[in-house]
Amino acid sequence: MDWELFSSSFWPILRGALTGTIPLALASFAIGLVIALGIALLRLSANPVLSWLGRAYVSLIRGTPLLVQLFVVFYGLPSIGLVVDPWPSAILAFSLNVGGYAAEVIRAAILSVPRGQWEAAYTIGMPSRTALRRIVLPQAARVSVPPLSNTFISLVKDTSLASLILVAEAFRQAQEIAAFSSEFMLVYMEAALIYWLVCTVLSVAQDRVERRLERYV
Amino acid sequence: MSDPYTGEPGTGEPGAGGAPVLRARGLRKSFGDHEVLRGVDLDVRRGQVVALIGPSGSGKTTLLRSLNGLETPSAGVLEVAGAPALDFSRPVTKEQRNALRDRSAMVFQHHNLFPHMTVLQNVTEGPVQVQRVRRATAEARATELLRRVGLAEKRDAYPRELSGGQQQRVGIVRALALEPDLLLFDEPTSALDPELVGEVLVVMKELADEGWTMVVVTHELSFAREVADEVLFLSDGVVHERGAPRELFTHPREERTRQFLHRILNPLH
Repeated sequence: MDWELFSSSFWPILRGALTGTIPLALASFAIGLVIALGIALLRLSANPVLSWLGRAYVSLIRGTPLLVQLFVVFYGLPSIGLVVDPWPSAILAFSLNVGGYAAEVIRAAILSVPRGQWEAAYTIGMPSRTALRRIVLPQAARVSVPPLSNTFISLVKDTSLASLILVAEAFRQAQEIAAFSSEFMLVYMEAALIYWLVCTVLSVAQDRVERRLERYV
Repeated sequence: MSDPYTGEPGTGEPGAGGAPVLRARGLRKSFGDHEVLRGVDLDVRRGQVVALIGPSGSGKTTLLRSLNGLETPSAGVLEVAGAPALDFSRPVTKEQRNALRDRSAMVFQHHNLFPHMTVLQNVTEGPVQVQRVRRATAEARATELLRRVGLAEKRDAYPRELSGGQQQRVGIVRALALEPDLLLFDEPTSALDPELVGEVLVVMKELADEGWTMVVVTHELSFAREVADEVLFLSDGVVHERGAPRELFTHPREERTRQFLHRILNPLH
């Protein structure tokens, strides 16, 4: 095994993770959660048109490959005159994707809050929007942390697809080193190791957050 | 409105001469094909305590929930504390329902405290978020109310750290903090362990003595007998009998009332 290559390529790949993979995942996750909340509320709406729109969105996102979604944004949008750079393209595609998956998590979490909580909020005079914001969502947030952390960890790994639209994240760095050195096994195993390290750290963080939240539920 | 601080008790005969706080006529409510309320009239005067008793499924909880808009009756007229009368044969607007809720507060069977908030936050949430009372004012008032039900030192605890009786007392304080014209209780002791029932009933009796206007759905006949000014016996969605508790409990006129009381007082026979 070529330890010299291993150690000289470790930092470039890790740097790709720190400056590419993780910021990409964080930005997409944050925007995706906002989309997801909107879609979840659409789905829960009493208005049939709105709830159909929400369902259609979720179905579309879940029923198509992430790679296809990414290519539609990066290669497809320019054909209708919308040229988006690799980074914004990747963030857009991943956000839309997370929006679809996390919407289902958030919807289920909102539904898991007992009816009595809404009623108690109503009887202290709250309109439904305030009841949602002050009473229901904080409780739903606690329920949705474990499944949403899983969504986030999946997203971290999925961002490797952004290498295909030339975003300089961890896997793109690995590809370049591999192509240059022809040591495919070594370099890709190294990339796998680095993803695994990052995800393990995230899992530990997830565990901590969950244990903190358990105190209140 | 009665003042919970000075707590003026009613004038002599409790609730006899107070102004009307609630007037309901011909309330009806159906769930699907099943008609749960079949034309109920109800009058409550300021300072009066009205107990609703009856077998489960009699419609008493539905009636109570209709009084602050958690259920929308399908017909009838409802007037609470000077809010514009609601005619349920027409669609009820959000504004009308809010006006109704502004005047009453509810204590639930399963307290429904907000688990992510401390006791103090539970109590101040309505005043601060809805009534726009200054936080400091609301907190001072909440602390005083908590002190009066013996829970001052629990103000920073979370609901799950309290016993069932304590939780329900916080539920009552949360309702009181809104300074409603009308307090609604939905079987407030039914979910409690027997040894915890007393502490909640004691608080409710004190509120009655202070002159709060209360409508109480209850299975605690001793409470109804001792505290209520009027008892309504509901069965199958109608009021079969109403009257002063002493009268109704000792000389029920209706056979159904007699049977119900007998079953509750002698469950083994």
